[in-house]
Amino acid sequence: MYTRPFSAIMIFCGLALAACAEPAHPYVSPTSIFAPVSTPAQSIFDLSVFVLQVTAAIFIVVFSLLTYAVVKFRKKATTDGREPAQVYGSTQLELAWTVIPVLIVVVLFLAAARVIASIQNAPRPSSAIQVTVIGHQFWWEFRYPSLKVVSANELHIPVSDPAHPTPTFLTLLSADTDHSFWVPRLAGKTDLIPNHPNSMWVDPHETGLYLGQCAQYCGTQHALMLLRVYVDSREDFDRWIQQQSQPARITSTVSPGQRLFETTACVNCHTIAGTAAKGTYGPDLTHLMSRQTIGSGAAKNNIGNLIAWIYKPDRFKPGCKMPSMGLTVQQSAVVAAYLVTLR
Amino acid sequence: MSTESIAWPTSGTATRRPFVEQLHEWVSTVDHKRLGVLYILYALAFLLVGGVEATILRIQLIRPLNHFVSPQVFNRMFTMHGTTMIFFVAMPVLFGFANYLVPLMIGARDMAFPRLNAFSFWMTAFGGLLLYYSFIGGDGLYGAGNAPDVGWFAYAPLTSKTFSRGHSTDFWTLSLLVSGFGSIGTAINIITTVVCMRCKGMTLGKMPLLVWLNLVMAVLVVLAVSPLTAAQIMLLVDRYLGGHFFDTQAGGSAVMWMHFFWVFGHPEVYVLVIPAFGFASEIIPVFSRKAIFGYPVMVAATVCIAFIGMSVWAHHMFTVGMSSNANTFFVLSTMAIAVPTGIKIFNWLATMWGGQIHFKTPMLFCTAFLFQFLIAGLTGIMLGSAPFDWQLGNSYFVIAHFHYVIVGGILFTLFGAFYYWFPKISGRMYNERLGKLHFWLFTIGFHLTFDFMHIPGILGMPRRIYTYEPGRGWDIWNLIVTIGVFFQAAGVLVFLGNLLWSYFRGVLAGSDPWDAWTLEWSTTSPPPVYNFAKIPEVASRRPLWDLKHPEDPDWHYE
Amino acid sequence: MSTPALATPETDIGWNLPERGPVGMYCLIAAEAAIFTIFVVAYIFYIGKSATGPQPKDVLSVPIFFTICLLSSSLTIHFALKLLRSGKVLSFALWWLLTIVLGAAFLAGTASEWRHLIYDEGLTIQTNLFGTTYYSLVGLHAFHVTVGLLALATVLIFTFLGDVNKQHAERVEVLSMYWHFVDVVWVVVFFVVYIVGR
Repeated sequence: MYTRPFSAIMIFCGLALAACAEPAHPYVSPTSIFAPVSTPAQSIFDLSVFVLQVTAAIFIVVFSLLTYAVVKFRKKATTDGREPAQVYGSTQLELAWTVIPVLIVVVLFLAAARVIASIQNAPRPSSAIQVTVIGHQFWWEFRYPSLKVVSANELHIPVSDPAHPTPTFLTLLSADTDHSFWVPRLAGKTDLIPNHPNSMWVDPHETGLYLGQCAQYCGTQHALMLLRVYVDSREDFDRWIQQQSQPARITSTVSPGQRLFETTACVNCHTIAGTAAKGTYGPDLTHLMSRQTIGSGAAKNNIGNLIAWIYKPDRFKPGCKMPSMGLTVQQSAVVAAYLVTLR
Repeated sequence: MSTESIAWPTSGTATRRPFVEQLHEWVSTVDHKRLGVLYILYALAFLLVGGVEATILRIQLIRPLNHFVSPQVFNRMFTMHGTTMIFFVAMPVLFGFANYLVPLMIGARDMAFPRLNAFSFWMTAFGGLLLYYSFIGGDGLYGAGNAPDVGWFAYAPLTSKTFSRGHSTDFWTLSLLVSGFGSIGTAINIITTVVCMRCKGMTLGKMPLLVWLNLVMAVLVVLAVSPLTAAQIMLLVDRYLGGHFFDTQAGGSAVMWMHFFWVFGHPEVYVLVIPAFGFASEIIPVFSRKAIFGYPVMVAATVCIAFIGMSVWAHHMFTVGMSSNANTFFVLSTMAIAVPTGIKIFNWLATMWGGQIHFKTPMLFCTAFLFQFLIAGLTGIMLGSAPFDWQLGNSYFVIAHFHYVIVGGILFTLFGAFYYWFPKISGRMYNERLGKLHFWLFTIGFHLTFDFMHIPGILGMPRRIYTYEPGRGWDIWNLIVTIGVFFQAAGVLVFLGNLLWSYFRGVLAGSDPWDAWTLEWSTTSPPPVYNFAKIPEVASRRPLWDLKHPEDPDWHYE
Repeated sequence: MSTPALATPETDIGWNLPERGPVGMYCLIAAEAAIFTIFVVAYIFYIGKSATGPQPKDVLSVPIFFTICLLSSSLTIHFALKLLRSGKVLSFALWWLLTIVLGAAFLAGTASEWRHLIYDEGLTIQTNLFGTTYYSLVGLHAFHVTVGLLALATVLIFTFLGDVNKQHAERVEVLSMYWHFVDVVWVVVFFVVYIVGR
């Protein structure tokens, strides 16, 4: 009576869960926690499989007992109105169902403690790439202090060969409120909290693009503070670093777009290396066109969206911190024409 | 028989008293039963409001990149939904039932401090009204409303003057500060009542479990609400006196807010779930026709849960960057609390085992509670393993987990309690078929919504986002989750309609329609204002069982 | 049916439960203790973390005299209560008045300390973490002293009106419990702020 629809639902859930657990299945989700490509995510995945197995076993046992009780001890029409035997307790039973859970708890605790230590206390090898991530409302700043690169929103890191690991160690800071860096296939999330530096590491062993987003409510546009992490081959990464550390290509004449950019207070917030623009409130635009999205993932990076963004950022990201600069559409197009030269 | 023969004092005429006079009686009452009803009605009203807020959230999330509401409105909705449901639905309704039932169950005439009782209710009520005034108050008339939009746990420094410029945070802070005083007042009342006003023979070991559990809940409130009050005072100092408690630019700590909040926040969830356990512990025995299995251990387990529950708070902060030692400690304490909680499930199961289970509506809800609370506990164990939480934390998996506890656990037993005690409070029986209809509609809706909600969390969907990208694999699950909301809404409407209809037209219930065993069933339905004509004297945990079974009274076995 | 009138297993047992007043006050004290604990934790956490501005050891002087005043008031209130229990209302009133005076002296001492800190040392609640936590903690305590004094004064007024006598001793005792609590909190605050924090 009660049990059948419930069982059907649980079976369906189990199948759905199994579908998500398919490791590295790109068609299920690019952000599945059960498709790890990096050691922290893998350790967590292994632990989670163990925990799931234990909890599934507990579930099956208790669920069966409950179902049995519900079916077997239903009041039947044939009962004669007498009360059933009153049982007030049983010391052995209560001892058993205290001791066994305690043992299970100890096992689960030890399993978790091991993984905590392995992830949090991992030493940093000298070959590690160091990135400083600074969370802003509502975009990501990436700095490679030793490589002298500053970028935004789209992170490039090298792939790590398990035989000769080149992990990336991230220092997490915040310029304003709390944020959280979450790219599920690479690692668990770690928060970015002002005045409280954190650190995490990843060592992806497959190249590709990995998606994520901010996972700690940080204000109006928390939802569109997206992350794109490009895991490049070593050569591609070095080439990217090379390119990013160049200043903006200076042409002999100052384009109308650049002049407009530099006189409309854009320079108060944005940096374009090699020009007069040295603002740090907003993302560094020196190599804007090397990124595939704008507004930390709010829209694809193309000329049309750039014009629309400059004209009214609010259309893409209502409540974002970039104000509409009061330019006309034509002026926005002029500025955009300049920005598309920033490769 | 003496209670039934005493006539209810009336004004002598057959006509009803004027409405203003009745209203005045209700507004100025210090009677625990009336205050209990006021708390419950207040909570039901806010349940509807909170439900509408949830529906708005779910409609916005039914598909990716939806434009049903703006991000600003969405952020207000999830903040208000959480704040409303916890502080102005769950706490008041549980205080309401405690208020109504505790004096009756211990054979007392009222709570220890009736005027404090009334004061506490009105403080809570005012807090709720203040919170909702935020929609129109402050700058609201000029903008789109000023309701809090900082999340129900209001993390610093988002709540500082810099990042929260209007008054939305102040409405959150002040309304909870005010209702917090009400909560502490009620808790002091409950503790004093239970300690000082039990009828003769009712030692602490002979109290009904519901009374025990409300006592433990009240102790938790006294210890846990104050840290929130303290943190909120500090927030006000920061916002209005230029203080730096959570001002990270001046060296203050955002993490300290989290510690203070969760030192309140975690025991708070035990404040909510322990009375729910109390309902289950009264309903399951009566409908299984057996005494509760292992009463002493049930009490001990509850005290353990409360005690350990004060040491687990930072499992809400596993991603914040605490040291591995700190993280490990909180994993241990969180896992430890699973033991007494599991014990309780087994004891309820053992109560049903060998019984004769009558699946009336209260028992249907309590049975579903057992299955659902089991699942909720297991997802809690998953979240308690810190590394697993580094993936699952702050995602829809967490939302699914805690709604599983609060809706699947607490609300289900609450529905059971409504149906179980409605005859006592109103004097009439509810309609059993409508009750079952409510149960099935709501259970289907609950599972559609909250079972499938675990999946987007596993697939990387964080919480508190007003929209999401397509192509993440989240779309279908969000659709199913939203569909479930409408089944739940239908169930709740059936529920309210049933209560309303039955209040006026239900069959008269009599004093003991369930053949139950605790003292509230020994007086009329509804009880007279003085509860009992003569204060009872008891000899066991089930005084009415002893009366009905004089050949085999409980005190032979206890 | 209203009274389970059965042969109870043992003979008539005495049934003495605690009085409501003290139990309620203990609960209130527990709640207040929890609030103070959080402020003390914040104070301790921020010791030494102020980046700028006056530091505790530079500006704080140990308020021995006013502490003695407050702690003595616990003694005087204890004597007052004993006198009330034995019905000596006038003596009670005098000792009660002395308690209020000592409490007021403590508040005056706090006020003068704050005046010195604000005007002479430039330390306000806004100045730095020390200022914020110091004024909040000491201020919260002073607020509780003030509320206590108002309650004590109310009792004094009723006494002078002739409405207080021996049978009110229990209620007055409940109030004195609150007063003792306020004193205990001061011992903790004193230790944390003037000993540990300096």
